Amino acid sequence: MGDEDVVLLDFWPSPFGMRVRIALAEKEIKYEYKEEDLRNKSDLLLKMNPIHKKIPVLIYNGKPVCESLIQVQYIDEIWPHKSPLLPTDPYQRAIARFWGDFVDKKIYDLGRKVWTTKGEEQEAAKKEFIECLKLLEGELGNKAYFGGENLGYVDAVLVPFYSWFYAYEKCGNFSIERECPKLIAWAKRCMEKDSVSKSLPDQDKIYDFVLHLKKVFGIE
Amino acid sequence: MATNEVKVLGSWPSPYAMRPRIALNLKSLTYEYIEEKLWEGKSELLLQSNPVYKKIPVLIHGDNKPICESLIIVQYIDEAWSSGPSILPSDPCERAVARFWAAYLDDKWFPAVKSIGVAKGEEAKKAAIAQVEEGLALMEEAYDKCSKGKGYFGGDEVGYLDIAFGSFLGWLRVTEKFNAMKLLDEGKTPGLVKWADRFCSHAAVKDVMPDTDKLAEFGKFVIAKIRAAGAAAEMH
Repeated sequence: MGDEDVVLLDFWPSPFGMRVRIALAEKEIKYEYKEEDLRNKSDLLLKMNPIHKKIPVLIYNGKPVCESLIQVQYIDEIWPHKSPLLPTDPYQRAIARFWGDFVDKKIYDLGRKVWTTKGEEQEAAKKEFIECLKLLEGELGNKAYFGGENLGYVDAVLVPFYSWFYAYEKCGNFSIERECPKLIAWAKRCMEKDSVSKSLPDQDKIYDFVLHLKKVFGIE
Repeated sequence: MATNEVKVLGSWPSPYAMRPRIALNLKSLTYEYIEEKLWEGKSELLLQSNPVYKKIPVLIHGDNKPICESLIIVQYIDEAWSSGPSILPSDPCERAVARFWAAYLDDKWFPAVKSIGVAKGEEAKKAAIAQVEEGLALMEEAYDKCSKGKGYFGGDEVGYLDIAFGSFLGWLRVTEKFNAMKLLDEGKTPGLVKWADRFCSHAAVKDVMPDTDKLAEFGKFVIAKIRAAGAAAEMH
């Protein structure tokens, strides 16, 4: 492997990995995708991310970069000329980072609660999950993308969860589209781009994966 | 308010609120500091400028630009006033490293520090202390690599990771005091011990770093509140 090669250690259902796939695709960067078995982590993964031992890990010039939000910003800075993901204005950048951070703080954990819990706990998670999506809809406003006319940082950070929406809906017995139609319209718009549709797995596959996890963890 | 005025909403015991102030000081910028007495209720200005989290710090630039989340504010300050000394490293790889460690400190390390104070039982306390010490060993290594023989993580001058980590020194010292132990230790983390002194006496830092004794008093008040809330929850 040459030093200029880009390698991504990833796991196909991971929304965090999908963010990096989208960013690399937007920049038209060729890379080697390595699927990790999280029950049997490779020596390379453990060496490149000794602190967290988690995917995704981006390796470029032999050096690892960890944490998906950091990776997306890094990709944007290394290859600035094609499809910029963050805006140039400092205030707009701060707003984009804020919402990217909001997605990170809220969506994964709430989504997880929706498919792993039942009863009151699940209802509370669903409610908060929808509230967060509505806040994001507010931020999107009438723009085509969070990034404006083009797909940007927040789009790349949030849209991976769209591949998990069907699983959340089935497990939580609710319709995200009914509550947040604008957001679903936005997600479908993103999916029209190759960089997104080729980076996200099929919703049915994610649902099957969730059912498998529920069995493994003994969740009804 | 004029279009270029800067306000910072903060709270003196908060490590997060220190960060924007250090960054503004590094850029030699004047700003209005507004102390939020959070235990007395949140001001209208805070609720309006941070409706999502309702938390400090918030930086308000001019009439209509509120920025929230301490590390995002520091990056904003660096980018909006790009003619001043740089806070983030210029190399993208070094930037990624600085961001990685800042995120680690916020997400993993400082929560472990806080948990020492409220740990239930000796085992839990020991585990928390071990996690904090492990983190300090990692930071010592990171300091060696990032500083390249200079005085700060940022090299010659205080940078992003110095600010992110240094803002926790007050509470680290309080934890050492409450538990009669040394976490930053000349034997184990000699680089960090010297760095900590250097950081705390830096002109951009010394007036915003709270006094350890004052912070300790406040700490007792907070721990008592947490314990009371825990006891009340257990009673239901």
